[in-house]
Amino acid sequence: MLTYYLELALRAMRSHRGLTALMLLSIAMGVAACMTTLTLFHVMSGDPIPHKSSRLFNVQLDAESKRDWKPGDEPELQLTRFDAEQLLRAKRGVHQVVMTGSFIAIDPAGSGDAAQPPFFTGGRWTTSDFFAMFEAPFRYGNGWTAADDTAEARVAVISAELNDKLFGGQDSRGKTVRLRDKDFTVVGVLKPFRPAPHYYDLTLGAYAKAADVYIPLSTSLSLRFGAAGRMNCWGRSDGVDPRSANAPCAWLQYWVQLDTPQQVADYKTYLTQYSDQQREAGRFERPANPRLSAVNEWLSISKVVPSDIKLQVWLAFGFLAVCLTNTVGLLLAKCLRRSGEIGVRRALGAPRRQIFLQFLIEAGMLGFVGGLLGLALTWIGLWVVRQNPSDYAQLAQLDWPMLATTLGVSLAASLLAGLLPAWRACQITPAIQLKTQ
Amino acid sequence: MDILPILSTLKRHKTAAGLIVLQIALTCAIVCNALFLIFQRVERITAETGVAESELATLSLSSMARVENPEPQTQADLAALRQVPGLASVTLTNQFPYGRSSNNSGVRLTPDTNQSSRVVAGHYTVGPGFIQTMGLKLLEGREFEANEFVPGSTLDANPDPRVPAVIINKKLADRLWPGESALGKAIYVYGNEPQRVVGVVRDLPSPNPGSDDENAQHTMMFPVQPSFRGGNFMIRVAPGANPEAVLKAAADKLLANSPGLRRVIRDQDSIVTLRDKYYRQDRSMIQLLAGVCVGLLVVTAFGIVGLASFWVQQRTRMIGTRRALGATRGQILRYFQTENLLLSTAGIVLGMIGAFGISLLLMKSYELPRLPLVYLPLGAVVLWTLGQIAVFAPARRAAALPPVAALRGG
Repeated sequence: MLTYYLELALRAMRSHRGLTALMLLSIAMGVAACMTTLTLFHVMSGDPIPHKSSRLFNVQLDAESKRDWKPGDEPELQLTRFDAEQLLRAKRGVHQVVMTGSFIAIDPAGSGDAAQPPFFTGGRWTTSDFFAMFEAPFRYGNGWTAADDTAEARVAVISAELNDKLFGGQDSRGKTVRLRDKDFTVVGVLKPFRPAPHYYDLTLGAYAKAADVYIPLSTSLSLRFGAAGRMNCWGRSDGVDPRSANAPCAWLQYWVQLDTPQQVADYKTYLTQYSDQQREAGRFERPANPRLSAVNEWLSISKVVPSDIKLQVWLAFGFLAVCLTNTVGLLLAKCLRRSGEIGVRRALGAPRRQIFLQFLIEAGMLGFVGGLLGLALTWIGLWVVRQNPSDYAQLAQLDWPMLATTLGVSLAASLLAGLLPAWRACQITPAIQLKTQ
Repeated sequence: MDILPILSTLKRHKTAAGLIVLQIALTCAIVCNALFLIFQRVERITAETGVAESELATLSLSSMARVENPEPQTQADLAALRQVPGLASVTLTNQFPYGRSSNNSGVRLTPDTNQSSRVVAGHYTVGPGFIQTMGLKLLEGREFEANEFVPGSTLDANPDPRVPAVIINKKLADRLWPGESALGKAIYVYGNEPQRVVGVVRDLPSPNPGSDDENAQHTMMFPVQPSFRGGNFMIRVAPGANPEAVLKAAADKLLANSPGLRRVIRDQDSIVTLRDKYYRQDRSMIQLLAGVCVGLLVVTAFGIVGLASFWVQQRTRMIGTRRALGATRGQILRYFQTENLLLSTAGIVLGMIGAFGISLLLMKSYELPRLPLVYLPLGAVVLWTLGQIAVFAPARRAAALPPVAALRGG
């Protein structure tokens, strides 16, 4: 019976070509609009490190002066150098990392390829735990050690992209990369690495590319390499280098890995104690107000998904609603046109249930074909999005779950649209229809 | 045209009529709000900043080795740039509209650092000729005098910095001293000595124009000349000159102008290019909204055509009877047109209520202003027109039916 209905559905689609095309197009456009925006939303609000995001925590301390303070104020998003160095020395977490982003000039003359002119690229000045903590994958070699951090060693880890550019993609361990006019030894080369969002430092753009070169923070400070990103200073800062050890300026990101709830609780206690100590020492002026935010919480506090993207999703669903109403109307018209046919079937003994089923299957068929068409339109839609030069546009790719969702949404939408016409169809009384023939 | 028979026909097709009314209502509600959003974005990206954008370009470069005293090289760079053909004037600034970096400082009215800042304002440090190069309009007072300028590189390490003067924008002047002239008033941003307001400019755009932040509205500039090391050369080209070409020549000149010092260009853009980049999210949103509006209207038009065609087919017998009884083609045409007008009107009335509902939701979730009333008649006109266009073809087909054929078929 089911195959017969499928056959009938196909025949019905063929016999009213114009109307069928209108309905298919309408479903496909609605579904494609939804799926394009949903895919973008899905990619942008995704968990950048799913198996570990609940164990990585961003640390905030309320180190600002009391001058403009109101109870309930959120603490500053980053740490001062003094606090970051204190927490790092205490080593209370499984792993801990202090870091800042930067833009740095690389001189190919001192790093493999004298033919290229110097160029700027993204750098990350960080500490040895970075690679293990954020699971940056290595193609060659490893990160540096804690001893290298202390010794202000001239060592660097470079990205796959930079390795291709400078060393033609070969194993470049032991080679020299020249940052500004200082030579660093390459100890590791990463595989392609692009966390999205760029969760561990959102100050350079939430969907910024990961850095091309990584060196110890201590080395960058002693060489005065500078930093990029947000900086907030308070109090009297005239004549003070904002990146010096005691400057009242917050500019460093601090992350800690804590594996058990007990460790989290202990760390929170430690941060409160630390804040109290600092207040007693006169450095902190506000009541202790530390924050420990796991990755997803951190992303939602920082509002990384642009509100435009959410608005687009709503808009697309509004569009789908109109497309659906349209399909219901057209399906209804089509059903009623076939009143005669229904009358005959009913007179020959088909129960209402069967008529209902027949028309629902017809709607489902429409949804399936519309879904395939919608998939093609979604693919085109995402291609258009990728032509946009923004940071996140490149991320807009259709994955398997979204592909399945597309077909599912389309099928569900068309079945929903088919309910009313199918019900109306099975209400048709055979006698009247047969008489009017 | 009598509308009573139309109403009684529609009453017998409640579901179909209801669906088309619902579709028109949804379309009307969404289109009204989308048009408003489009208008807001267009207003944002076409806003005037009050600077001579089309003639401006920015250039910055860094040296590979750290230069401890960048002042002589900076002076040499300025002199070299003035030789570039097509360049009208050049100055230095720490930041510029649509640029990447943005500095803000708290403004106090007393030297006491324990006092709360009165307001946070955008903080420009600029070299001589900034006002003229940017094309700013001075409302009151004067430009900086030569003896007021301090080199930025000497200021950084100075625990007792002295900056004698400041020029502020009109908004900051009105915010700090409403109803009074700001000239000669003192603010404290650097050190213990006051910076006296020597001038008020009409506009001084923040690096993030169009932002709702308070510190994007209030801006001030200090006679603290940045060096090439961290600052940006701001170039104004002669009227008619191509900014990109002048920029290219300027960059080449600077790279050739530093013997013994290996340097690399950090950024090199015309302000128009930066502006395009800055607003590209808004532009793509406008395109998307416009696309959805068109899509909605097309789908709704299809719906109207489909349903009207069905009705024409269904009522062939009725049309034939009317034609046989003497109704003209025009009367049949107008019958369907009036029917559509009634359906559209019902949809539009519902849609306006819906539009306000959506607007309320948007106000709550996205801090958007309330939908202005003027969009409602606009949406109504769009949908009435759409309905009439969509119904025209099926209605004409109905009118063209010969009375006999209409009576025979059925």
